[in-house]
Amino acid sequence: MPLTQADISAEISQAREAYLKAVAAGDPVRDHPARDYAPYRSSVLRHPKQPLVSVGDPEAVELSGPVFGVTDVTALDHDLTRQHVGEPHGERITVTGRVLDRAGRPVRGQLVEIWQANASGRYAHQRDDHAAPLDPNFTGVGRCLTNDDGEYQFVTIKPGAYPWRNHVNAWRPAHIHFSLFGTAFTQRLVTQMYFPGDPLLPYDPIVQSVTDDAARQRLVATYDHGLSRPEWSLGYRWDIVLDGPAATWIEEGR
Amino acid sequence: MSLSPTPSQTVGPFYGYALPFPDGENVAPAGHPEMITVHGVVHDGAGAPVPDALLEFWQPGVDGSRRGVAGSLRRDPVTGGFLGRNGLDFTGFGRVATDADGHYTLRTLPPVGVGYLSVTVFARGLMRQLHTRAYLREQTDIAADPLLSSLAPGRQATLLTTREQDKIHRFDIRLQEDGVHEETVFLEFP
Ligand SMILES: [Fe+2]
Repeated sequence: MPLTQADISAEISQAREAYLKAVAAGDPVRDHPARDYAPYRSSVLRHPKQPLVSVGDPEAVELSGPVFGVTDVTALDHDLTRQHVGEPHGERITVTGRVLDRAGRPVRGQLVEIWQANASGRYAHQRDDHAAPLDPNFTGVGRCLTNDDGEYQFVTIKPGAYPWRNHVNAWRPAHIHFSLFGTAFTQRLVTQMYFPGDPLLPYDPIVQSVTDDAARQRLVATYDHGLSRPEWSLGYRWDIVLDGPAATWIEEGR
Repeated sequence: MSLSPTPSQTVGPFYGYALPFPDGENVAPAGHPEMITVHGVVHDGAGAPVPDALLEFWQPGVDGSRRGVAGSLRRDPVTGGFLGRNGLDFTGFGRVATDADGHYTLRTLPPVGVGYLSVTVFARGLMRQLHTRAYLREQTDIAADPLLSSLAPGRQATLLTTREQDKIHRFDIRLQEDGVHEETVFLEFP
């Protein structure tokens, strides 16, 4: 029997209730998804069964990380609407926010990478066979470096929802994929930003893999009318906090 | 102040035109006499190769510094394309996607000051990246390493490369035990 949305939704609520029960019984709040989250079927064979091994070594290389600079981006990389001869279809938006560490310090000069589907919900990826049109004026890849306040900004179009094959009638809510670096390799974050009020959010096992309600809410951007530009674009704000070890390695002068 | 972190989400299946970049796997300056090759296959819990994993590598600089050097994905401001690495600097950062056989190849320099390359794994189906280490067997004193010496021999072996030829090292990654092979040891940093 093919899996239905009802099957997956039942598994989603079971996982959420089990989590709430565990927290009520004293378990710590879980900010990240469990790696063995079965409603997202691809996770089943792709998570370790052994517990992670804790490395407390203060000299661990992972407490430092790669750096990027002006040679790693071009001035146009942050504007996904200007990478082709013509303009892409869709609703023009800006997405801006700050990248912070858990101590609230801005993450400066670090690389932020994004990728997304076009307005019709199609990726410019050969393996995406969704029957929606490609847009010759939209690739859907952007990069920038955070500024001294940890701010990033992208100009793009609002991506469309798209179907996938986790179960029958599975649809991903509109989202932008984000990849971020901190000062430590352990702070590395790959995640997805969602849009407020998207009716697909409750049905999606990837969003719902974050079983903590407050944590899941942090994946949803805020519409900010003050960031909208008259007769041009709608503005969204999304701040990002990188997780990481309590003591991150910092070298003098960095 | 302690802010709550932004949750991780899977890298998904479609990062391939966004994250990999030319020379991502060529961390060593081209033609460097000490260049080593580290390669292997990423497997899932059925023992099958994972054709859509993305691996990242990080290691100290040639002087043992951990400051890093920019220029891993050097861009061309004229065309908006990629120039590739400049052939001189060692940035310490590599990124490579597995191919259709689940295989990856990294060309780098031996790590300085430590015996290992830091590795992170991203993949469709993986909710959050996994950290591991590729210890080069010939420059690792197992008994002196607190992590390796704390592990049972079978588990320990998953973090050690196998020398195939001079300067060619094999390092496979198993995301989950498959009934035959040991699962790779994955790490967390408190
Ligand atoms: Fe996606």
